[in-house]
Amino acid sequence: MKLLVTALVLSVISTGCRKGMVNQQYLKPLAEEEFFKDGSASRPIPPHTVARSHLNEDAHFFEGKIDGRLVTTFPAPVTREMIAHGREGFDIYCAVCHGRTGAGDGMIVQRGFPPPPSLHEERLRQAPVGHFFDVITNGYGIMYPYASRVTAADRWAIIAYIRALQLSQHSTLDDVEPAEREHLQTAEK
Amino acid sequence: MAQLFKKRANVIARLIIFGGPALFLAICAIIYGFGRSDFWTRVDNPLNQPVPFSHKHHVDGLGIDCRYCHTSVEQSSFAGLPSTETCMTCHSQIWKDAPVLEPVRASFQTGRPIQWTRVYDLPDYVYFDHSIHVNKGVSCATCHGRVDEMPITWKTQPLYMRWCLDCHRHPEENLRPPQEVFDMQYQRPENQSTLGRQLVLENHVHQQGLTDCYTCHR
Ligand code: HEC
Ligand code: HEC
Ligand code: HEC
Ligand code: HEC
Ligand code: HEC
Ligand code: HEC
Repeated sequence: MKLLVTALVLSVISTGCRKGMVNQQYLKPLAEEEFFKDGSASRPIPPHTVARSHLNEDAHFFEGKIDGRLVTTFPAPVTREMIAHGREGFDIYCAVCHGRTGAGDGMIVQRGFPPPPSLHEERLRQAPVGHFFDVITNGYGIMYPYASRVTAADRWAIIAYIRALQLSQHSTLDDVEPAEREHLQTAEK
Repeated sequence: MAQLFKKRANVIARLIIFGGPALFLAICAIIYGFGRSDFWTRVDNPLNQPVPFSHKHHVDGLGIDCRYCHTSVEQSSFAGLPSTETCMTCHSQIWKDAPVLEPVRASFQTGRPIQWTRVYDLPDYVYFDHSIHVNKGVSCATCHGRVDEMPITWKTQPLYMRWCLDCHRHPEENLRPPQEVFDMQYQRPENQSTLGRQLVLENHVHQQGLTDCYTCHR
């Protein structure tokens, strides 16, 4: 009998614990919290705050501008890995509107979104890389900014891939390695 | 004096002696079963959301990648739900007057986030991290099911500890090549066991300690 009572008491106590442990009294990311005016537990970063190791002094890298003028060079050498990474980023964030090739015929455009210009336009082929950085960071016309979701390094990778896309659309057979040429010519037929 | 207990009393006594525990067990079984039922764990039950957001429409129909909205899934423990601004990148132009999207526009104007009802929610004493799973080749579909076929998101897993442990004991049964993690249509190949063991080596999956209590309860 004693055993039974102890077991009963213990089980009641432990179910009591479970609740407290399942929903612990701290704020979770993105949870609702009426204490704050906007009702969210996740706090926006106060203006002018600099996180550790985020001083972002390098204006070339973080703004795509030097002394207010758009940069014409990449802040770091472009590598094959960077272009591959940029392709991933482009396909995730940009291709829905700009299309996989950058022609401006993405799926959302086919569903009625105002079409963006083709990235292969002469104007955009001549535009400095800093312009692309500025467009992704701050938006352009009706295109929203992507800075909150695409880090500065990823933006540069995407731009490297856009440059590769632009080259690919304006290349001729002479640009292809001699060994590959024959392969391409036969594939055409 | 008439007999105090009729013959019938024997039956009643037996019924109480045997039936009582049987009834008790039956009730236990029902409670246990109910606790595991889809109704209680909400598996396969679409939840009410402030906006009837459809993954089927956006992922399958429009081909939007998971990471367009769940941006932090590769870098952090938290997959993250999209901000209102993310919806507005498209819905500032498309369906911009649709009544179903009124909460989105209201949220954008007031700055108060949309309050999505959580579908998956582990108890707070369990530690979970998306980035390590995704980077080591565990697909979204393995844990969340075919999200691209859900008009309203539902749970495909009750998230029992047993389920986590089953995979942590034999991760090779569920690994994919890393580039296939976001592919919802991927079919499990026939040679999964060999491929899996190869992937364990290639992607440096540390099996040691994966089932230790402190991995998930820290
Ligand atoms: C929701 C659809 C959408 C997405 C996603 C999108 N864009 Fe755009 N983009 C547009 C539209 C529309 C314009 C034209 C804006 C205008 O002229 O008002 C545009 C314009 C541009 C331009 C041309 C600016 C100029 O000088 O004319 C560039 C470059 C560009 N986008 C790059 C990108 C990159 C890089 C990404 C991915 C990070 C991206 N866009 C994602 C819709 C989109
Ligand atoms: C267009 C934006 C968008 C895309 C793309 C998207 N999601 Fe979602 N996802 C959402 C929103 C909004 C919610 C919250 C509403 C809900 O639960 O349906 C959500 C919720 C979820 C949830 C449930 C979260 C919870 O516990 O409450 C899972 C799981 C999920 N998404 C997985 C995926 C996967 C896997 C993909 C890629 C195949 C994907 N999502 C693509 C916007 C998106
Ligand atoms: C990349 C562009 C894009 C993003 C981002 C996006 N949507 Fe959509 N959404 C669309 C398009 C395009 C349609 C219309 C589909 C059609 O015409 O077939 C649509 C339709 C809808 C509809 C109504 C149609 C239906 O029955 O599904 C709802 C509701 C909706 N979206 C909610 C959301 C929410 C909430 C978000 C933010 C989490 C979001 N969308 C983000 C492109 C987008
Ligand atoms: C190993 C299993 C597993 C994999 C793989 C996985 N998830 Fe999750 N996901 C979970 C669990 C468990 C939760 C609940 C987390 C919690 O309550 O803390 C969750 C929660 C979520 C949420 C709700 C918000 C959050 O972060 O808690 C979203 C959105 C989500 N997952 C999307 C995804 C996407 C997209 C992928 C693929 C890139 C993915 N998940 C891969 C198990 C997984
Ligand atoms: C389908 C397979 C699978 C499922 C289901 C799964 N995991 Fe994992 N988990 C893995 C793999 C693979 C790793 C990576 C091991 C490594 O290389 O460190 C991992 C790693 C982890 C880690 C990180 C370990 C560390 O060393 O930091 C945690 C924490 C974790 N899992 C928790 C969970 C929890 C909690 C659940 C259930 C809600 C779960 N996992 C379900 C496959 C899975
Ligand atoms: C792979 C991750 C993982 C590991 C390893 C793990 N657990 Fe758990 N544990 C979980 C999850 C997930 C839950 C929540 C289950 C639920 O909500 O039903 C849980 C729940 C529990 C509970 C509460 C059960 C309840 O119903 O209230 C206890 C007690 C527990 N674990 C003990 C342990 C012990 C002891 C170990 C080591 C032998 C361990 N766990 C290892 C993931 C894990």
